[in-house]
Amino acid sequence: MRLNITHKTTYSYDRPVHYALLQLRMTPRSAAGQKVLNWSTTLEGATSQVTYDDHFRNVTELIEMDAGSSAVSITCQGEVEVENLNGVIGMGTGLAPLWLFLQQTPATVPGPTIRKIAQQVKKATEASQLDGMHQLSGAIADAVTYRTGMTLSTTPAEDAASEGQGVCQDHAQIMIAAARHLGLPARYVSGYLLMDEVVDQEASHAWAEVWIEGLGWVGFDVSNAVCPDDRYVRVALGRDYGEAAPVHGLRQGNATEELCVSLQVQQ
Amino acid sequence: MTERRFFDEMALQGGDPRVPYADYARWFSNEDPKSLLKKSAEAETFFRRIGITFNVYGQKDADERLIPFDIVPRIISASEWRVLEKGIDQRVRALNAFLADIYNKQEILKAGRLPEHIISRNAAFLPQMIGMTPPGGVYTHIVGTDLVRTGENEFYVLEDNARTPSGVSYMLENRETMLQMFPELFTKMKVRPVSSYPAELRRSLGECAPPNFDGTKPAVAVLTPGIHNSAYFEHSFLADHMGAELVEASDLRVVDGRVQMRTTRGYKALDVIYRRVDDEYLDPLTFNPDSLLGVPGIMDAYRAGNITIANAPGTGIADDKALYSYMPDIVEFYTGEKAILQNVPTWRCSEEESLKYVLDNLADLVVKEVHGSGGYGMLVGPAASKKELKAFEAKLRARPDNYVAQPTLALSTVPIMTKAGLAPRHVDLRPFVLVSPKRVHITAGGLTRVALKEGSLVVNSSQGGGTKDTWVLGD
Repeated sequence: MRLNITHKTTYSYDRPVHYALLQLRMTPRSAAGQKVLNWSTTLEGATSQVTYDDHFRNVTELIEMDAGSSAVSITCQGEVEVENLNGVIGMGTGLAPLWLFLQQTPATVPGPTIRKIAQQVKKATEASQLDGMHQLSGAIADAVTYRTGMTLSTTPAEDAASEGQGVCQDHAQIMIAAARHLGLPARYVSGYLLMDEVVDQEASHAWAEVWIEGLGWVGFDVSNAVCPDDRYVRVALGRDYGEAAPVHGLRQGNATEELCVSLQVQQ
Repeated sequence: MTERRFFDEMALQGGDPRVPYADYARWFSNEDPKSLLKKSAEAETFFRRIGITFNVYGQKDADERLIPFDIVPRIISASEWRVLEKGIDQRVRALNAFLADIYNKQEILKAGRLPEHIISRNAAFLPQMIGMTPPGGVYTHIVGTDLVRTGENEFYVLEDNARTPSGVSYMLENRETMLQMFPELFTKMKVRPVSSYPAELRRSLGECAPPNFDGTKPAVAVLTPGIHNSAYFEHSFLADHMGAELVEASDLRVVDGRVQMRTTRGYKALDVIYRRVDDEYLDPLTFNPDSLLGVPGIMDAYRAGNITIANAPGTGIADDKALYSYMPDIVEFYTGEKAILQNVPTWRCSEEESLKYVLDNLADLVVKEVHGSGGYGMLVGPAASKKELKAFEAKLRARPDNYVAQPTLALSTVPIMTKAGLAPRHVDLRPFVLVSPKRVHITAGGLTRVALKEGSLVVNSSQGGGTKDTWVLGD
């Protein structure tokens, strides 16, 4: 399937910003199951500094906001040819060792709620890792209702789990926390999803990938109760949201920020 | 403490001087001890004047202290030095190959020669370095290999100090002081100079510049956390002597994708940064967001290949004391040769049998924290009271994997000048090593640290140690 994506992210401030740097992880790379046909990033109110591959081979761009401007916008536009792999990304690991994805980060440290969810699927996982993870995905969807506005990008997995509500980011981080708790390497993926009969989306998407013996990395989209297929484009990965976030920044001064996202994913 | 015989580097058992010290001993016997003592006091004034002091952590009343200097040199013969040089060269090359491997394919883990947990549980492992090859392939640009001696031909590596070895300014100032006080000695004896170290450092760092630097002479700067850092004197000293800029984070910014320095005429791009800021504080965008000591975006510029950071971030994994115990294997794995310099036998308390042995023999062992340095938090069994041993035993049982233990080495002695004449004191040696893609350069000399207290085996300046000038003799 060929997906056409236009993603515009705008940060506006109530006063001019003197100095701000933003790290962007918004460029998909051709890999198992996806081929990037064309892709471009256009900046307004900011200047590109460097582009490089980070430690997870995410295409990363450092941009600096133009001094004195009070808005910056990043427009990504491109086409990606996607193939349905039923979520199985495979054995390619890059240079990052598997054990790195077994280590919890501050955002994924499990507490009682996540440990309890993990416990429910422990037996099943011991019998079959794949079945266990499918059950885990279902158990998280049951325990944590999809609801926007209840969590922040900085909310740790356990907090979202114990609140019982969150968005795709929270679902992914809870899945990662529980999988690692059960001894399976897991990672966070940020990307795009073609939704049925919805063109304009409010935010980009995120899901989890778990390393299953014999299969390699397998994706689980808890929020939609599926394994990613040819409607999904993988953009960046990390040990948690923070490492795979589309935008990670640092800004001097205390201007108030407003975020506006316009995203269209179409066939 | 039981009576032990220690190797005396100056005198043979009969009292005759060992060959490297023969000329010095002859000279010394003709000197008036009183005037030497007077010179000793002068040396202290000299150090105070030039301002070599250091800050001691965790002591609120002693902000700045002078490291005591002893006027009797530590002398190493040309042939002794050749062996050390060869051994250090081998070890440093192995360390660089190891770091390159750990941040790339991890062959040594795949080969089963190093247990995975030594890296996966190593707090200094920096994921952000995965897949990163620093300019010129060099990770440890500056190394300070700590050596101790226990006999005529017995040298051991105590620590590798691959992260941020300090103390080179003392090596240089100690020599300067000796040259001023005893010029005649240097005409009598062929002592190899150390004064070219700053120029060698400048050259070595320059050779590690990123491939795309503009101009013929790479721009080098020393990045310091600032005047409150315990080694600030050394930072400014080195910048001054190698003709490099001394900068703090607020002087730097990423401009046009390069790390640049504010000047009165605008920004000037840097090629190499000799940083004395720890990894965690180096870049608030990538590491600790609260750091005011770092440069936002420097890691991005680094990964893009636009700046050299010396030493490379993440080299601290090699300073871990659990890792140290595997150094003989590491040297063999990467060089295909047996290690020339010996490792001190080390018990990893994380291993049950080792822990049992350590607990049973605590009074005879030295126990160190895996991530510790500077002699802080360590136990010297033979010097500890029963109460101290008991308290340490509890610590060991609570967190065994935080500790390693080593036998109490019979460190060699070199005499110091006291009111009662020459008196033996224990010493160690830190030679300074520079690594570039072109060569490994070892300054003929180093920093000799000396435990000033009689019988003490702890030479760290933070624990009351002093220093000596180190003479490597020419052929």
